[in-house]
Amino acid sequence: MTPDTILPMIFGRIGLDSLPFVPAILNPSTSEFIAAGAAGVVFLGAFIVLGVVTWFGWWGPLWRDWLTSTDHKRIGIMYIVLALVMMARGVIEGALMRVQQGVGLDGGFLSDGHFSELFSTHGTIMIFFVAMPFISGVINYVMPLQIGARDVSFPVLNQISLALTAVGAALIMISLILGKFSTGGWPAYPPYTGLAFNPGPGPDYWIWSVGIAGLGSTLSGINFAVTIYKERAPGMTLFRMPLFTWTVLCTAIIMVFAMPPLTVATATLALDRYLDFHFYTNDLGGNMMNYVNLFWLFGHPEVYLLILPAYGIFSEVIATYSGKRLYGYMSLVVATMSISVLSFTVWLHHFFTMGQSANVNIAFGIASMFIAVPTGVKVYDWMATMYRGRIRFSVPMVYATGFLMLFVIGGLTGVMLANPTISFQVHNTLFLVAHFHNVIIPGVLFGLLAGYHYWFPKAFGFRLNTRWGYITAVLWIVGFCVTFFPLYVLGLMGMPRRSVSFTDPSFEPLTLIAMGGAMLVLMALSSLMIQLWISVRDRATAQVPLGDPWNGRTLEWSIPSPPPEYNFAVIPQVWSRDAFAADKEAGIAYQEPETYDAIAVPSNTSIGMVVCIGGVLLGLGMVWYMWWLAAVSFLGIVGAFIVRSFQTDTHRIIPAAQVARDHRVWLAQIAASPEVTRAQECSPANRGRAMNERPEPSL
Amino acid sequence: MSELRVTALNSCCALSKRLVGSVLMLTLLTGCTDIADSFLDPHGPIAAAQKLHFMRVTGLTMIAVAPVLIFVPLILWRFRYRNQRARYLPDWEYSAPLEIVMWGVPAAIIVALSTMLWHSTKALDPYRPLVSDQPPLNVQVVGLDWKWLFLYPEQGIATVGELAFPAGRPVALTLTSDTVMQSFLISALAGQIYVMPGMTTKLQLLADAPGRFEGENTQFNGTGFVHQKFPAIAMTDTDFDAWVNSVKSDGIVLDDSSYGVLAAPSTEAEAHQILATSSMPDNALYFSPTQPDLFSAITHRYHQGRPIPPNAQPGSAAFAPPRAEDTPKPAAETETPQ
Repeated sequence: MTPDTILPMIFGRIGLDSLPFVPAILNPSTSEFIAAGAAGVVFLGAFIVLGVVTWFGWWGPLWRDWLTSTDHKRIGIMYIVLALVMMARGVIEGALMRVQQGVGLDGGFLSDGHFSELFSTHGTIMIFFVAMPFISGVINYVMPLQIGARDVSFPVLNQISLALTAVGAALIMISLILGKFSTGGWPAYPPYTGLAFNPGPGPDYWIWSVGIAGLGSTLSGINFAVTIYKERAPGMTLFRMPLFTWTVLCTAIIMVFAMPPLTVATATLALDRYLDFHFYTNDLGGNMMNYVNLFWLFGHPEVYLLILPAYGIFSEVIATYSGKRLYGYMSLVVATMSISVLSFTVWLHHFFTMGQSANVNIAFGIASMFIAVPTGVKVYDWMATMYRGRIRFSVPMVYATGFLMLFVIGGLTGVMLANPTISFQVHNTLFLVAHFHNVIIPGVLFGLLAGYHYWFPKAFGFRLNTRWGYITAVLWIVGFCVTFFPLYVLGLMGMPRRSVSFTDPSFEPLTLIAMGGAMLVLMALSSLMIQLWISVRDRATAQVPLGDPWNGRTLEWSIPSPPPEYNFAVIPQVWSRDAFAADKEAGIAYQEPETYDAIAVPSNTSIGMVVCIGGVLLGLGMVWYMWWLAAVSFLGIVGAFIVRSFQTDTHRIIPAAQVARDHRVWLAQIAASPEVTRAQECSPANRGRAMNERPEPSL
Repeated sequence: MSELRVTALNSCCALSKRLVGSVLMLTLLTGCTDIADSFLDPHGPIAAAQKLHFMRVTGLTMIAVAPVLIFVPLILWRFRYRNQRARYLPDWEYSAPLEIVMWGVPAAIIVALSTMLWHSTKALDPYRPLVSDQPPLNVQVVGLDWKWLFLYPEQGIATVGELAFPAGRPVALTLTSDTVMQSFLISALAGQIYVMPGMTTKLQLLADAPGRFEGENTQFNGTGFVHQKFPAIAMTDTDFDAWVNSVKSDGIVLDDSSYGVLAAPSTEAEAHQILATSSMPDNALYFSPTQPDLFSAITHRYHQGRPIPPNAQPGSAAFAPPRAEDTPKPAAETETPQ
């Protein structure tokens, strides 16, 4: 055997030119320098993280407390950390594209290929590795606490879901260092992503990162749904659940039904590319239209999967900061359920222009418009919740206001796009890009950031810095408007999306304004990081160990911050909606239970890390045709599952005495602390015990 | 009551017209191009109807949207925490009349919008032939990477980079692709339609008067995507006849070898360098005569019951077009796959 035959067997199709530094040296250009710089940042970031962890000797705690933990709260936090890291990359990529289009009259500084990689990774990252993990993280942290549960139903499965999501994110990060990512956009339509047109590793990176992460989301959906059905505290009937939990149930159901079409789409595309199947190639009976249908059969429910938990967060935030019950609880539940059902009936509106008959377009167009009805009802319900409330204009409320005002504009353009007549004109233009950013940023992102502010003190025991919170929120809102409203106009003027450059000088003023907006969004991202830094630094003055900093209404506020690993010393009995608010109202909150029981919590396991590392190697093996590596890592994962299935000792017992001791210490702190009014909400006096402020009896 | 509603509707329409009008003003102020590229500046009955529908939908939907934009700031101010005089009802959570309004108004608007959607989608179906006293001009469109080939079967000519047709006469397009999926749009005249290999789609056009309109591909299809634009030129009847004659006299033969050059991944300008003769315009290629069955041959390529290897697939980087001895080499370097 010669090296020429051995090397491909070991390294597959990896060559020296797969490293971005090589083209940057051989063929220097701005575009190549940016690519090499990004790879450098990934390298440097990884080295710094590894170095810091080693220097401070954190490997042990990191492994024991986090990487092998099955605690839903820690898994939730890890999801959010992953999402924030990926968000930094996604936002920078988005800003880079805005800059390119800002100076893109007859050119710009990025190459066509680099620009198309950017919009493909930006979309894939923002949907699959920012929005999805951020939402999974918030759900993981909050939902079990809201229903009075000790953990999710399947804690180990939960860890594996996180591992699968991390595999996808890792693959997409590795694509910066090794080879190039797909240029086929986030939906990766064949035949463009087929072997004939894109033989390189790009589409394979897309297939494996999205396919593997998608499996994780399916499993998460099952886990969340079962948890809500089976783990609710006694007395918490379905119609006593907090609205966030309702939206999580709807999202979980959508996950279970919408993720499999994506798995099928990626798997069949992989079969086309690897085993010469012809599902979507033009010859031998394949048809790309099947892919388009399958992808959007996932893709449309996906956007509701993202937005529904955000609706849930806004419902909690608006009710809490208005000091009022949620208006129209039943309406909101019915609206949420209607949206989840309708979300499966509208996928065709992503391709009205594919040549089907007018009747088909009419059916799907009308179905799409009808989603506006329950969505409108929700917006009015939130307004009625604020009406005759006593509103504190806190940071989450700034996000909520931005959401209400901007989201209806996204809804307006959504109704327009539901009309085939209008879609025929503005489809594939920047109008569409502006529309979905208009619903995803003020809807999903603002919701998640509001939730981040709202629940951060619950998770870490101290409040986030308010001043930097306001700065961040305003920057996000203004930055969004300045970036995306010009794109609406550009789209109406006829500028196609995914254009690396343009020749019409009338586009330039607007692309320049959008570029300025992107700079504001970058500042918002930096400000978010600064806020976190300052909050951690000044945490001594913002401690809320007693657990209820916002005069909360639901069960998660009835326990210490941060909560003990078993969440509730004694599983609470629920008598009504807004269970904790009702207890405070009746004066029966913070009562000492009669007896304490020992609590079983799931013990740590390293199966998730095996899946994570094995999955990354499996993905790399498949992308680069290193078949031995793919086979070994796949067998490793299967072996780990077999070993795990023989483990019988899966729980750890926390003795009743320890539970009682910890709980009594906290109750004593509660008794010794004064209740604070809402006027003192953002002062150091707020240690997490809220005064129940009621209107004067005479009114 | 109904009058009131109509008035409200009209004022909303007027508002949206003003909004869109100011957008148009902005467009006109910021730069003047001699080529119409937006349906908000329509030059044919279809684009005009699409624009009108756009305005109506905007206006009607504003009935549901405007209250949010108005009342959210008012409620936030009136019921702020420090305003202790405002009424505070922490337990108020339901009102039957309010529920009826909340569900009823959006539902009524959507029902109205749905009827409008139904009618306009039927009327503007791109497959429905346009009503006219003149017979339509048939043009076959082939999407290639990264250029459009227009075949005029009745005239026996073909062009790349220029679509000419008589103003006032319907144009019936039949479209396909000989590479990946693309989307064909002449915004000032009509909406877009996808083109896909092995399949045909249809689109109808009509220009009110002579003029130049931007045509383009809106579906990303690789590095030359942004260059896949062409002028659609509406002419008087006599100008069109003269144009056909000039294509006939200046065109080169469209055979396997010249089609092979077009089908290789290259922009129109790159193909122009290889194929153009001195009598052709700077940005267009003329072909005459053409093979009468070329369009069906292209669509049937994908229904032969055998796989198309990359070197026979137009648009693939590995595509090796069949070459005659006398045809110059394409600029795009082609490789033979292993």
